[in-house]
Amino acid sequence: MSNLLSIVTFLPALAAVILALFLRGGDEAANRNAKWLALIATTATFVISLFILFQFDPSDTGFQMVEDREWLLGLKYKMGVDGISVLFVMLTTFMMPLTIAASWEVKTRVKEYMIAFLVLETLMLGVFMALDLVLFYLFFEAGLIPMFLIIGIWGGKERIYASFKFFLYTFLGSVLMLVAMVAMYSEAGTTDIEQLLTHNFASETFSVLGIQVIGGMQTMLFIAFFASFAVKMPMWPVHTWLPDAHVQAPTAGSVVLAAILLKMGGYGFLRFSLPMFPVGSDVMANFVFTLSVVAIIYTSLVALAQEDMKKLIAYSSVAHMGYVTMGIFAANQQGIDGAIFQMISHGFISGALFLCVGVIYDRMHTREIDAYGGLVNRMPAYATIFMLFTMANVGLPGTSGFIGEFLTLMGIFQVNTWVAAGATTGVILSAAYALWLYRRVVMGDLIKESLKSITDMTRREKAIFAPLVIMTIWMGVYPAPILDRIGPSVEALVEHVDMAVAAADLSPETQVAEAAAADE
Amino acid sequence: MESIILFAPLLGSLIAGFGWKLTGIRGAKWISTGLLFLACAFSWIVFFTHGPETQHIEIARWISSGSLDTSWSIRLDRLTSIMLIVVTTVSALVHLYSFGYMAHDENFREGEESYQPRFFAYLSFFTFAMLMLVTSDNLVQMFFGWEGVGVASYLLIGFYYRKPSANAAAMKAFVVNRIGDFGFALGIFALFFLVDSIKLDDIFAASPDLAETQLTFLWREWNAAEVVAVLLFVGAMGKSAQLILHTWLPDAMEGPTPVSALIHAATMVTAGVFLVCRMSPIMEFAPNATAFVTFLGAATAFFAATVGLVQNDIKRVIAYSTCSQLGYMFVAAGVGVYSVAMFHLFTHAFFKAMLFLGAGSVIHGMHHEQDMRNYGGLRKKMPYTFWAMLIGTLAITGVGIPLTGWIGFAGFASKDAVIESAYVGSQGGFAFWALVVAALFTSFYSWRLMFLTFWGKPRGDKHTHEHAHESPNVMLVPLGVLALGAVFAGAIWYGSFFGKTNEVVKFFGGKYGEPTQELVEAVAERSPKASELHYVMESAPGEAAIYIAPENTVLHEAHYVPTWVKLSPFVAMLIGLGVAYWFYIVNPALPRQLAEQQRPLYLFLLNKWYFDEIYDFLFVQPAKALGRLLWKRGDRDVIDGSINGVAMGIVPFFTRLAGRAQSGYIFTYAFAMVIGIAIFITWMTISGGAQ
Repeated sequence: MSNLLSIVTFLPALAAVILALFLRGGDEAANRNAKWLALIATTATFVISLFILFQFDPSDTGFQMVEDREWLLGLKYKMGVDGISVLFVMLTTFMMPLTIAASWEVKTRVKEYMIAFLVLETLMLGVFMALDLVLFYLFFEAGLIPMFLIIGIWGGKERIYASFKFFLYTFLGSVLMLVAMVAMYSEAGTTDIEQLLTHNFASETFSVLGIQVIGGMQTMLFIAFFASFAVKMPMWPVHTWLPDAHVQAPTAGSVVLAAILLKMGGYGFLRFSLPMFPVGSDVMANFVFTLSVVAIIYTSLVALAQEDMKKLIAYSSVAHMGYVTMGIFAANQQGIDGAIFQMISHGFISGALFLCVGVIYDRMHTREIDAYGGLVNRMPAYATIFMLFTMANVGLPGTSGFIGEFLTLMGIFQVNTWVAAGATTGVILSAAYALWLYRRVVMGDLIKESLKSITDMTRREKAIFAPLVIMTIWMGVYPAPILDRIGPSVEALVEHVDMAVAAADLSPETQVAEAAAADE
Repeated sequence: MESIILFAPLLGSLIAGFGWKLTGIRGAKWISTGLLFLACAFSWIVFFTHGPETQHIEIARWISSGSLDTSWSIRLDRLTSIMLIVVTTVSALVHLYSFGYMAHDENFREGEESYQPRFFAYLSFFTFAMLMLVTSDNLVQMFFGWEGVGVASYLLIGFYYRKPSANAAAMKAFVVNRIGDFGFALGIFALFFLVDSIKLDDIFAASPDLAETQLTFLWREWNAAEVVAVLLFVGAMGKSAQLILHTWLPDAMEGPTPVSALIHAATMVTAGVFLVCRMSPIMEFAPNATAFVTFLGAATAFFAATVGLVQNDIKRVIAYSTCSQLGYMFVAAGVGVYSVAMFHLFTHAFFKAMLFLGAGSVIHGMHHEQDMRNYGGLRKKMPYTFWAMLIGTLAITGVGIPLTGWIGFAGFASKDAVIESAYVGSQGGFAFWALVVAALFTSFYSWRLMFLTFWGKPRGDKHTHEHAHESPNVMLVPLGVLALGAVFAGAIWYGSFFGKTNEVVKFFGGKYGEPTQELVEAVAERSPKASELHYVMESAPGEAAIYIAPENTVLHEAHYVPTWVKLSPFVAMLIGLGVAYWFYIVNPALPRQLAEQQRPLYLFLLNKWYFDEIYDFLFVQPAKALGRLLWKRGDRDVIDGSINGVAMGIVPFFTRLAGRAQSGYIFTYAFAMVIGIAIFITWMTISGGAQ
């Protein structure tokens, strides 16, 4: 199959089209059909995507299964995967059937809801596979729309505020990226990502309005891309849209947002910022580290003070993404391996945690932590699963959460011990807020009258969690298959960055000499 | 066989935890206990048949990333095999004991709630994690076990999940341990950075070089070996409840008593001591770090003993006693006599587990009354428990025949070895005196416990005393077995742990050789009585289970300390016993008067030197306040208020529009966005194409 990637990408969209065109009426039967079609389509996508995984050759560091066609207006349609992107594709196809299954109780506008999720899947998959700048941008920006709608239509009370905040933050961030893309095209003369990756963007220091820009063009481009990806991640201090979006989004929306959409920022850093602007990355690394450490400590402390379960988990996500940015710009094997692993693992864990909130939200219709307490008395299965993911969230060895955190910290220690020590305090703080949440919700005696008749998880709910439990433990105990797939591509990336940085020679002496030469 | 030892408890845990509906509650209990006895039997076989050499058994790959290569694997050497028997023996006995102790628990609704399989599952899981810790061949797997036992401890402390105090204690234990793990993790990162491997063999081989290496850590350059040693010790402080990070251990007594015996006395809390001994090749090259270990150990031994003097809860007395005894072990490790640290760990496991199980038997017989002021005269009602506790007390206070070294209860041999080593290691300084005073206090509070519980007249609720009963056999048998250990463990293994240098080196799988002439002269000059230095360790770091640098002759010199030093712990023990006898048998009104007279001091001790209050004031409340401040002021006012000030102006505008848009117009806006993007792209291609 030479167009495997396209099939996987567009299968959900095809199902969406079928839903839109052929499903009529809003009665019970139509809703059921919509749900089943969406579930079948996403499951089929996952099954087909397994072929991508099987065909993928870990020893090849380049792009594989590439499709390259002419498209509209002289643009190109080019798709492919490498060791960095293939697991994000798998994460997406794996999570989508679960989110559809978790939406089984949706009552309003079921057809549109399913269409939104199916379109969203196509767009997310496109982001991870696109090998053309314009195509990437299209997928990247268009992905906002279904998410915007999911929050805005099926969200909570303040959904309009949250959805616009979400949209504006992410959209404004990407305007700068667009300008940078134009600049890249004008310098390199191509929008092909494969070619851009080998292009050496200018890194000679120049001055703008009297300010020395070390790393020159690369630094400028880096900053422009950074504006977009940092919002997506999200990094401190542009993270405030995330808690609001999560709180207002329906459960499945939160799951997709946390598990997949947040990973686009990290993926962007790995696909564009680091390899295309290695000198810029090197110049800006300390800045990124600072933001990452602040994010880890700041948002962990904020999480301690939360009264809303979803907000707490949202802040915890920001903290965990801090490890990712830190690991990526440590720019060594352990750091980047760890960052990718952390993103995949966080996809499962945060998705599961939001599902955990969803389980009790469906029963009690509140996310207020104080409304709960002593759930273990009536929901032992729920307590067990919530415990597992709480522990995974705090990075307990034996769960996937540990490996990403540990590798990124190990990577950063080789670069900067201050950052490493600061970020490691997150290990303490995460235990504090996560266990504090668990204690208030699950432990204790069941006193509240309203909870006296709460029921444990249904079979459907258990079935949704089962794959996540398996993945979290399996990746924690035997991560070798995953690290083997990431490894070679990352090794090539690290080598490329090291060479570029060494060639650019950013030592202070050289910089002074260059600046003097430029002034003359 | 080693793999079976390791995985049998895991299997038992899974069956008891998830399969009890199939096996039944009885079945789950028997299967998990049976598997532990199997592991225990195999451990003893390994201990006696496996020689002192180091063996590596690879199980599976784990984390590999670039030059980092970790696998699940077993390292079997003398340190491991000692820990294997300690862990599996105590664990198997505690499993058995729990049959009786957990049979009817008033914290749960009988018949409705299946708390028993859960309890056994946690116990077995703990054992598995602990075995992972002690058998690991690399630091990351050790960290797995390290955190694994932390979780098991968390789950078991919070076992009575309806009690708020138990939940608070569980969380506190986990978070405080994580502070230690923070140091441990940084130590691992530093070692990987320096050695490019986290395998123990590679680290040990590189340890002499580390002593010559400088590492930039935070604000300055440090000696690499010192930094690593201190960071790892921070981990040990957390797990072994040493001063500063000790506050979780007394609270951990909220868990069921068998848990306290297994985790918070015999095994988990000794993991820190094990870590320091395991890393002896690093420690030997880090004199400043080990001086710190010695100091902190001695300070903890003293501090915990003072607090133990006035506690009224029977379990808390034993908890502080554990804390104090752990301090002894760290002193031994700190002065470089790792074998003695392991010796005390080994004997302590038996007598302390027994004291806890004995206390559990008392609590069980007294219907969950834990306040010793409500005990009294229980000698007749619980004769077997009384004898067991008496043996435990004789062991912990160090009763034996002075100057023979080894003829006495287990604690006599090992504790005197620690104190003699401390005398040499600290040149008769702080560590030595702190330990002697602590020995006096230990004797006092141990006998106080005995007198209050078993002697005198019954106090407190009459009804409870009338119904006080001896525990069932299933609880008494473990006490008996542990009593054997508490009596004989010291005498039997005295030579291996604290014999002549060549004996000890051989026991731990090393080679010994002749000392250099300079060394002999140096020793003769330091302590003339110890001039006959025959042997020193010759093995390179990592070749034996522990490493003793040739110039480290503390083990040798400790045998030749002045006679008064050898007698000092014995005298301290007698004074403690005498005072306790006078206070609680001869003149029972005296303690109260003394407490009234010295009220500030009494309250200071009763409130554990106010550590909890100070920490709450310094860390817990500020962290919560800071979290709220950053959230409300930082996120809401500053970031939302200023950075997106523009957007905030736009949002209400859109919101007004969207108020109408809800009726279906929202798709129009979505369409508008697509158009917008299309315009951007077109502009981009055209402008790009123009160049």
